[in-house]
Amino acid sequence: MTMIPNAVEIKDLRRTFKTKAVKSKKELVTALDGADLEIKEGELFGLLGPNGAGKTTIIKILATLLFPTSGKAEVLGYDVMKDAYQIRKNINMVSGGETSGYGILTVNENLWMFSQFYGIPGKIAKKRIKRLLRVMDLEKKADAKVRTLSTGERQKANMIRGFMTDPKLIFLDEPTLGLDVNASRLIRDFIKDWMRSKTGRTVLLTTHYMMEADELCDRVAIIDQGKILACDTPANLKRLVTKESTLKLEIRKVQDISAFQNIKGVKRFTYDHNITAGITKLNFILDDEAIVADIVAEVPKSGSKIVSVEKSEPTLEDVFVTLVGRGLHEN
Amino acid sequence: MEFEDDYPKPSWFRMNYRALWGRAYPRIIGANREPSWVFFETFLPILAVAAYVFIYKAWIPEPTMAELMIGFVIVGGAMTAYWMNVLWSMAAQLYWEKEMGNLELFMVAPVSRMSILGGMALGGMFTSTVRAVSTIIAGVLLFGVSLTVQEPLYLVLIFIFTMLALYGMGMMFASLYMMWGREAWHMSILLTEPIYLASGFWFPLKGFQYMLGQPGFWIGVGASLIPITLGLDGMRQCLFGTEMGFFPLWLELAVLIALTGLFIFLARLALAKMEELGKKEGRLTLRWQ
Ligand SMILES: Nc1ncnc2c1ncn2[C@@H]1O[C@H](COP(=O)(O)OP(=O)(O)OP(=O)(O)O)[C@@H](O)[C@H]1O
Ligand SMILES: [Mg+2]
Repeated sequence: MTMIPNAVEIKDLRRTFKTKAVKSKKELVTALDGADLEIKEGELFGLLGPNGAGKTTIIKILATLLFPTSGKAEVLGYDVMKDAYQIRKNINMVSGGETSGYGILTVNENLWMFSQFYGIPGKIAKKRIKRLLRVMDLEKKADAKVRTLSTGERQKANMIRGFMTDPKLIFLDEPTLGLDVNASRLIRDFIKDWMRSKTGRTVLLTTHYMMEADELCDRVAIIDQGKILACDTPANLKRLVTKESTLKLEIRKVQDISAFQNIKGVKRFTYDHNITAGITKLNFILDDEAIVADIVAEVPKSGSKIVSVEKSEPTLEDVFVTLVGRGLHEN
Repeated sequence: MEFEDDYPKPSWFRMNYRALWGRAYPRIIGANREPSWVFFETFLPILAVAAYVFIYKAWIPEPTMAELMIGFVIVGGAMTAYWMNVLWSMAAQLYWEKEMGNLELFMVAPVSRMSILGGMALGGMFTSTVRAVSTIIAGVLLFGVSLTVQEPLYLVLIFIFTMLALYGMGMMFASLYMMWGREAWHMSILLTEPIYLASGFWFPLKGFQYMLGQPGFWIGVGASLIPITLGLDGMRQCLFGTEMGFFPLWLELAVLIALTGLFIFLARLALAKMEELGKKEGRLTLRWQ
C-alpha cells in the first residue's frame, strides 16, 4: 500500500489576537487553542463549526496570510512560516462574501487580471475563463462591470478566480454564504465535479451548514472555540451519536418476510401489516448503512414492490450537540 | 473539470512581468472608462499652471526672463502630476486594496509583491502622463512656450530615473501607510506643502540660493532627497539651458540613479516588514471575512 501524502498537517496550532477593547485595555482573544488536523491529498475536507470557532483563522494560516502564535502548520509538505512561496504556487483561496476585484472592470477583465498573478499565458487564461463562465452559468455577465453583479453572481466569479489557476489545494471559506438554493447547488455540484475529474486535488472548505458538510465532504472536522473536537467521515461521526442506522420500508403485496430477517447486518427487524391498504411496514436497525442496498434488492425477490423508503439517521447537527452541548447555530 | 491546456511553467521573470502588467491594466483601462477623469486630469492642472503664468507675465518686466519662468512653470506643472499621483494615490494604494479585499489575494499569489506594487506604479505613471502631456501641450499652444531639447540623451535618462526613484518612493510610502495607518499619515501630509515649495515646482531650485544665499543652497540640497526635485531641475536644464541649473547635469543624473537604488531598496524593506508585521498582528486581511 502506498502512503498518501498529507495536503495539510497541523499540530498543536495556537493563535491569539491582541484586541483593543474598551478604554484601550488590551485583551487577548484565543482563536486557535491547540488544534490538530491532518488532511490527505485528494480529500474533500470540511471544517464545521459555529461563528468564531476559528475556521477562517486556520485557513488564513494555511494560506500563508497569518503566522501562528505557536505550533506547526504544513501545507503540501511545506512549512507555512518558512516556505510560503512554495505553498502559494500550489494553492488558491475563495471566501464567501468576498469583494475582490475592481468595480470598474468587467468580470472577464478582472478574472484575466488575477490569472496574470499566476503567470498563466493570456490565451490559455482566456480559454479557461470562458469555460468556467459557462460551467458557472455566468456567461451572460462576462462583460458586465463587477460592481453591477448580485451577491450570487459575484461569488460565482470568485469561484472562477480560485479554480482557474488549477490549484492542487484550494481553500473555500464558506463558499455558499448568503447564496440562494440554486446558486448553492451549482457551486456544490461544481466542487464535487472538480474532485471527481482529476485525482490528487484537495479541497478544504469551511461551513456552518451541516447539510453542506454532510453532502460534500469525505471527512469533516468539528471545531469549536479553537479546538478540533472530532474528525472523521460524516457517516462515522454520526455513528458517534448512535451506533446504528435505521431504515423504514413500506412494501406492497408481500409474501414472505422472513427473507429480510436473514440478511447479514440486520440487527433488528420489526414489521406491521396493514391489511386493508395491502401495505406492510418494515423497520430495520442496521449495523451499516451499506446494507440498505441489500435490503432494497431483496424486495422484488420476495415478489413485492416498494412504496416508500425512509432512512432515518442522526445528523451532524446531532453530533455537534453531543460534542459541544449546544446547537450549531445557538450561542 | 480538467484543464487540458498544459503550458510550460513560466520563468520567474515572466511570471512577474505578467503580474506587473496585470496590475497596471485596471488603471489604464479604468482611466478611459470614467469620462469625468479626463476633465479632472487635464483641465484642472492647466488652471493651476495658468495662474502662475499670468502672475509671471504681470510681474516680470523683462520678456525673455518672463518667458523662461513660464517655461519653468509649465514643466513644473507637468511633473506635479507624478508627484501628486505618488503622494495621494500610490501611498494609499495598499491600504485601499486591503479595504477592497484585494490585498490578501495579492499576498497569496505566487509572485513578488514588488511586481504587483510596480504594476500599480506603472498604472499611476500612465494616468499621470496623460495629465503631464496635456499640461505641456497647453503650455505650447496657449502660452506660446517654445521647448527646444538641448540635451536629448540627458533628458530621457533624467526622466526615466526620476520616474523610477519617485515611484520607488511611492512604493515605500504604500507599505508605511499600511503599517502606520491613516492617522500617522495625516501628519506627513501636513509636510507636503513645504516640500512642494522647496522642490521648486513653480520656480527654479536655484531661486532659493538667489534669495537666501547659503541657507537657500542647503534647502535645495535637502529637497533633492525627493527625486522630483533634481528631476525637475535636470529636465529644465535640458529644455531651457543650464544657466539656471542647481547642479551639473551629470551630477543630477548620478544622484537620481542613487536615489532609484535607495528607494527601491527601501520599498522592498518596508514591504517585507509590513508583510511580516501584518502576518504577526493579523492585519493583512479583512477581519469580517
Ligand atoms: N484579526 C483579528 N483580530 C482580532 N481577533 C480576531 C482576528 N481574527 C479573528 N479574530 C477572533 O478569533 C476568533 C476566531 O475567528 P475566526 O474568524 O477564525 O472564526 P470563524 O470560525 O471563521 O467564524 P465565522 O463562522 O463567523 O466566520 C473570533 O473570536 C474572532 O473574533
Ligand atoms: Mg470565518
